[in-house]
Amino acid sequence: MTLFLEQLLNGLQFGVMLFLMAAGLTLIFGIMGIINLAHGSIYMVGAYAGALVITETDSFLLGIPAALVVAAIVGILMEVTVIRRLYRRDHLDQVLATFAIILILNQAITILFGRQPLFAAMPAGLGGSIELLPGLIYPVYRLAIIVVGLSVAAGLYLLINRTRIGMLVRAGSTNRDMVRALGVDIRMLYTIVFGLGALLAGLAGLMAGPILAVQVGMGEQILITTFVVVVIGGVGSIKGAFYASLIIGVVDTLLRAYLPGLLRQFMVGSEADALGAGVSSMGIYLLMALVLLARPKGLFVADS
Amino acid sequence: MPISKLGRPFFALAVLAALIALPPVADAMGQPALTSMAARILIYGIAAASLNIVLGYGGMVSFGHAAFFGVGGYVVGILYAHHASGDPLFGFIPGSNQLLVTLPAAILVSGLAALVIGALSLRTSGVQFIMITLAFAQMLFFLFVSLKTYGGDDGLIIRRANEAPWLNMRDKQTVYYVCLAIAVAFFALLWRFVNSRFANVLMGLRQSERRMAAIGLPAYRYKLAAFVISGMGAGLAGALMANFLRFASPDMLHWTKSGELMVMVILGGVGTLFGPLAGAAVYIILESVLASWTEYWQLGVGIILLFVVLYTHGGVQALALRLAGRRP
Amino acid sequence: MTAPILAVRGLVKRFGGLLATDSVDLEVLPGQIHALIGPNGAGKTTLIAQLSGELRPDGGSIDLDGQTIDALPASARVARGLARSFQITCLLSDYSVRDNVAIAVQVRQGHSFHFLRNVRRDEGLRSEAETRLAAAGLAERADEIVANLSHGERKQLELVVALATKPRILLLDEPMAGLGHAESQQMIATLRELKNEVAMLLVEHDMDAVFQLADRISVLVYGRIIASGSADEIREHPEVRKAYLGDGDAAC
Repeated sequence: MTLFLEQLLNGLQFGVMLFLMAAGLTLIFGIMGIINLAHGSIYMVGAYAGALVITETDSFLLGIPAALVVAAIVGILMEVTVIRRLYRRDHLDQVLATFAIILILNQAITILFGRQPLFAAMPAGLGGSIELLPGLIYPVYRLAIIVVGLSVAAGLYLLINRTRIGMLVRAGSTNRDMVRALGVDIRMLYTIVFGLGALLAGLAGLMAGPILAVQVGMGEQILITTFVVVVIGGVGSIKGAFYASLIIGVVDTLLRAYLPGLLRQFMVGSEADALGAGVSSMGIYLLMALVLLARPKGLFVADS
Repeated sequence: MPISKLGRPFFALAVLAALIALPPVADAMGQPALTSMAARILIYGIAAASLNIVLGYGGMVSFGHAAFFGVGGYVVGILYAHHASGDPLFGFIPGSNQLLVTLPAAILVSGLAALVIGALSLRTSGVQFIMITLAFAQMLFFLFVSLKTYGGDDGLIIRRANEAPWLNMRDKQTVYYVCLAIAVAFFALLWRFVNSRFANVLMGLRQSERRMAAIGLPAYRYKLAAFVISGMGAGLAGALMANFLRFASPDMLHWTKSGELMVMVILGGVGTLFGPLAGAAVYIILESVLASWTEYWQLGVGIILLFVVLYTHGGVQALALRLAGRRP
Repeated sequence: MTAPILAVRGLVKRFGGLLATDSVDLEVLPGQIHALIGPNGAGKTTLIAQLSGELRPDGGSIDLDGQTIDALPASARVARGLARSFQITCLLSDYSVRDNVAIAVQVRQGHSFHFLRNVRRDEGLRSEAETRLAAAGLAERADEIVANLSHGERKQLELVVALATKPRILLLDEPMAGLGHAESQQMIATLRELKNEVAMLLVEHDMDAVFQLADRISVLVYGRIIASGSADEIREHPEVRKAYLGDGDAAC
């Protein structure tokens, strides 16, 4: 039972990371109509900036602003130099241009920092574990990720529902022309939204540093999972992104944890492990297929 | 159009003649690598032209076509493995090393994969369609990675290219000529296809799905049929590639491969008959030139791609006009 | 009494709290032009969208020639003989004028799963398209790309394409919108001639045209039909005068 709860928490932790990515991706699509493949690259950039500063200074606290600021700057530069030219283009151009950005950033990072993965140290004081329930010992750092992720979700909720920017964001995601008609500087709004998305991706990258290898390619891996989240939650819906992130995080983690064991009861150990690993890595895609059969527009978007 | 209507068949014949003459000429020049480069161009040209059926003619941005390419390759690889070991697949399908068996099988299986993925993905459109095709392709990628029986991560070595009647397929040049013959047949069929009633409604759907519904066309089945045909073409290319490299690996299904196929399409001109073939040539030549300078050749590809997309408008605006075939 | 070709009963469509179509009953008889008028925002385009099958109503039924078409998607309704034109023209803009008509003929002829024969060399398609274009006075423009047509020409082409599906009833969404005086007169003449071949539900703001053409007029305000009758009855109807014809800004 405690093992199950631990896996559940792991799933939650993966889920909030996905949410940080998915929220930005779905906002950027909802408001600007842009599909941004390079969103994962911003995550990678944030992770690198964080890991490097943490390693150089031995201070996780200094790594936080480094990752966030670098990610936001890279995001805003991306918006101003490339993305801005894509608003009136079709999806094919958007896909290809942002694919090009992925190639460029991946190679740039390889040239600058090599192919060896980096590892960031845990923040001081969060390295240990804590007994949550009798017998349930859980790493503090992972708990911190969950707390940060949920706080960001709450903050986004307030930002979108209670502020003027949020009002524009909501209006913009349903009717782009209306926002333009309100006399809002739409360029500025776009840059802000893109910067915000980049900031969230950078935050996810920073937090991934101490638990994952920081390396080229990490961005695309999470990007594709994030796409699954966005499709399941419904494109453009932050609420959908939130629930879908948690569902995907938990389902993926539990499948990986339990499927091989389950299969081992029916077949030989090594075969069960191989099949289990395969099927569990396909699990979330099969879930996506099921959702598509039932609700093509996603779970949290009303069918018109 | 850069080449006049009368000049085009002539130009195509000239290219064909050059391709036929290439192996002995390349050998004489002491550059036999040119032949294998040309074979890769032909194979990727088939794959990119297949992708172009949905992408250029149908306006469906599939970001998962490497999946069908890879499935085609694995069909050849898996059939070969069972042929070599003698155990039938699933206990009843005998393996094979006969090109005349494996190619149709590869086309069939990749068509089935496209049928399932397309049937689901085409329930959506636009940006969801892009994400979903990418995600399903990634799912198949993970499937093949986990198939330890067939090499898993490391891929599947095919010790000998498939055999074909009267041909010595151990000879690399023969394999090249087989690829060339299949490419010629493929593009001849494609040429008929793009002028057909089917392609007519497909292009109509790209321009306005609403209009097509208003004249009574049920869109879904036509888009799905196009998706399946496109997947079959990619599967054929994958099967040829597996024969040419004597290797099938999860790399063939990697999402970057889907991206590469799209890049080939756009470099050559979206929605044109031979554009993807030209694009494949540009891409592969570019790759080998850049790779000879630097190991970071993808940086160059990225910069060139970004430039092409942002500044040439060879992308999609020109596509529409070129498709109509009436304006430059 | 002749059976109606199109019969709408109790049609309801809600958008959130807004009742866009409020229990609409409507009939179109063969050989008739039934005009639907009403101020902007009355729900005319929403109604057309439901009739053509683009939008699913929340209640009520639509019968075409005595058979329900509620469950049919837009494309299947066309095959049953219900065609439409668009207010903001919706044509295949990369295609030539001729190809726009020919593709409608092609779809009408049956499925398009033909992969090898050249469609542009299909004499049957070509000649029917050209005959239809000639009848509409567009013969000289047959090779022009649609993107290069004038607004009036597009409106005409909309009608030709809709007719190429051989409909029994045509839903016309503001066919005169944006036309000059001469073009409008020409369109009115064309529609009057067509009346014997095909029944029409005409949504139109141009009152001259409506009163010249319509056998019957229904007035839609806030999603409800507040009056229905002959041109004269509608002209005299007090509620209509108040809600719609009355001077002021409502008419446009």
